[in-house]
Amino acid sequence: MTSTGQAAGSVRRLAGALHRRPRLRLSLLLGAPLLWLVVAYLGSLAVLFLSALWTTDSFTSEVVKVWSAENFSALVSEPLYRQVALRSIGVALAVTALCAVIAFPVAFYTARVAHPRRRPLLVVAILTPLWASYLVKVYAWRLILSAQGPLDWVLAPFGVSGPGYGRAATVIVLTYLWLPYMILPVHAGLERLPESLLDASADLGARSWRTFRSVVLPMVLPSVAAGSVFTFSLSLGDYITVQIVGGKTQLIGNLVYSNVTLNLPLAAALGTVPVVVIVLYLLAVRRSGASSSL
Amino acid sequence: MRVNPTLRAAAACMALLAAAACGSSDSTGSSGSPGAGGFHPPHLAARSTLGKPEGQVNLIAWAGYVEDGSDDPGADWVTDFEKRTGCDVHARTAATSDEMVSLMKTGDYDAVSASGDASLRLIASGDAAPVNTRLVPHYKDVFPGLKNRAWNSVEGVAYGIPHGRGANLLMYNTRKVRPAPDSWSAVFDDASRYKGRVTAYDSPIYIADAALYLSATEPGLHIKDPYALDQKQFDAAVGLLKKQNADIGEYWSDYLKEISAFKTGDSVVGTAWQVIANLAKSEGADVRAVLPKEGATGWSDTWMLSARAKHPTCAYKWFDWIISPKVNAEVAEYFGEAPSNARACDESADKNLCAVFHAADEPYWRKVHYWTTPIEQCLDGRTGVRCVPYAKWVQAWNEIKG
Repeated sequence: MTSTGQAAGSVRRLAGALHRRPRLRLSLLLGAPLLWLVVAYLGSLAVLFLSALWTTDSFTSEVVKVWSAENFSALVSEPLYRQVALRSIGVALAVTALCAVIAFPVAFYTARVAHPRRRPLLVVAILTPLWASYLVKVYAWRLILSAQGPLDWVLAPFGVSGPGYGRAATVIVLTYLWLPYMILPVHAGLERLPESLLDASADLGARSWRTFRSVVLPMVLPSVAAGSVFTFSLSLGDYITVQIVGGKTQLIGNLVYSNVTLNLPLAAALGTVPVVVIVLYLLAVRRSGASSSL
Repeated sequence: MRVNPTLRAAAACMALLAAAACGSSDSTGSSGSPGAGGFHPPHLAARSTLGKPEGQVNLIAWAGYVEDGSDDPGADWVTDFEKRTGCDVHARTAATSDEMVSLMKTGDYDAVSASGDASLRLIASGDAAPVNTRLVPHYKDVFPGLKNRAWNSVEGVAYGIPHGRGANLLMYNTRKVRPAPDSWSAVFDDASRYKGRVTAYDSPIYIADAALYLSATEPGLHIKDPYALDQKQFDAAVGLLKKQNADIGEYWSDYLKEISAFKTGDSVVGTAWQVIANLAKSEGADVRAVLPKEGATGWSDTWMLSARAKHPTCAYKWFDWIISPKVNAEVAEYFGEAPSNARACDESADKNLCAVFHAADEPYWRKVHYWTTPIEQCLDGRTGVRCVPYAKWVQAWNEIKG
């Protein structure tokens, strides 16, 4: 009895002390997650950057811990790395653009046209592909895109054939994989659009195209930018889809993968490329004011 | 160019270690390994006796080499081993030779089933220890053509126990590729006939396939060993592969991916293993695999002992178990390769095993150039010239794929 009383007393004292010191309270509350962020996230990025400054023994491929900027100068001087980096950015941009073009009408339907009671169901339907395994979906696409596969069969009456394995196939499959990440923010953005603005636009004599261009698009653009951060960064880092349906295409992730066991420092240097590109992309998105929609 | 002070220091260390190795006389004679040309491993002695089994053994293996029935109830040669020796087997599957090398560096494993493109690296870095073959009773039945070779021994000292071997064959779709090819020209000089339908193995070691073809078609280059290429020979092989890239549909490293590509017709000609041809055929693809007239590259896997093995006795017991006739036949049959033990041929469930995989067909294997790690000291014995080391092969392979 007395011990519980004492314990309750010390808890009360501690609570009082914390109440009087809001800064201490805040630092205790945020300490653990901040530590996680700094050590596990920023820390690993720092280690990545530092290990890129090492070299390897050419025969045993053991890491030699001598500082050198060799790997970074190779990134700039070797035409291969430049070419692959540009190709990866191109694929990521194409996927993002395709996602945006497909997501907009879908989200417009789910957020504004469909019956309000059906909207949550439609959102769930959009999310269902995310429940299936990534590999299952990509291998399914490998079959769809194969020679004389279902896609070729569907296109045959029109006298054309599918793209086969390659860069186009990679863009198609990545678009399929990341589409929900674009639809959701756009859906949320369209849902937030006040009905009154559309009415006002109509009252002022604007037709639907004009309303879309001058009212809907500017207000939803930040949501599209927010979705594009997902589609762009996910595409830039992907290396498995391109291995399965990309034919002989190499993206930056494949170069990292093929170097990671033999030349870890070079792989680390290559790994900083997407980090830098995505930081630049985020800065660009921030300028468009979309970070508040993320 | 990546010759830096570190590399030179490493070379100096290597020379010092070599001097130490020369001081002793541990070799059992019978040299003939081209590695003797100037590459000296750190000095490590093989054990002369075995202790009591330690109760467990940690292995790194290719998929299908260490099966306890959990992948396929019909494939289980681990349970019996555990019962007989009291050594619990913990196996880690590795997908590539490079992964095996990096896993061995952790020191957490006792043994590895290394292919020839990993074994020399493991020996040179001191990660693999010599193996006393007298402690492996079944070693006497191993095909003589697999003993003390360039990829599993240095200066006559054995560094492992041969497990099995196979060749990288030329596989083609019998309906699409006519006339039937008997030369690698089908994937090199004539590849444009099957534009976008040619496949090749996705590994830097594939450069040796091009070198092998050039050794037959460009005698002026004087290529004797596809793993010992000087800069000029190397550039010619890389040039050939860059040309081939235009006709490649996809590169494969996952054999299931290759089977599916041949089944759908996305690939019609390219390199393959015997097991891939067998599986593709059994799944209804019209394919055939041949050993072309130029010969072929191939692999010969070796069980190697870690220099830091914590359970060496159990590892030795495993070596003897895996090459015992019955188990060697089982694993060869399951994986699809030629067994290393000559007596395995009588023990296999499929009596044709040894015929299908040419296990005892020495003239066949004489045309096969087993994967070996290319190093600066030319493996073919040339001394006045430096060969292109594997690290450069990796770089070039990325460039070939573009």
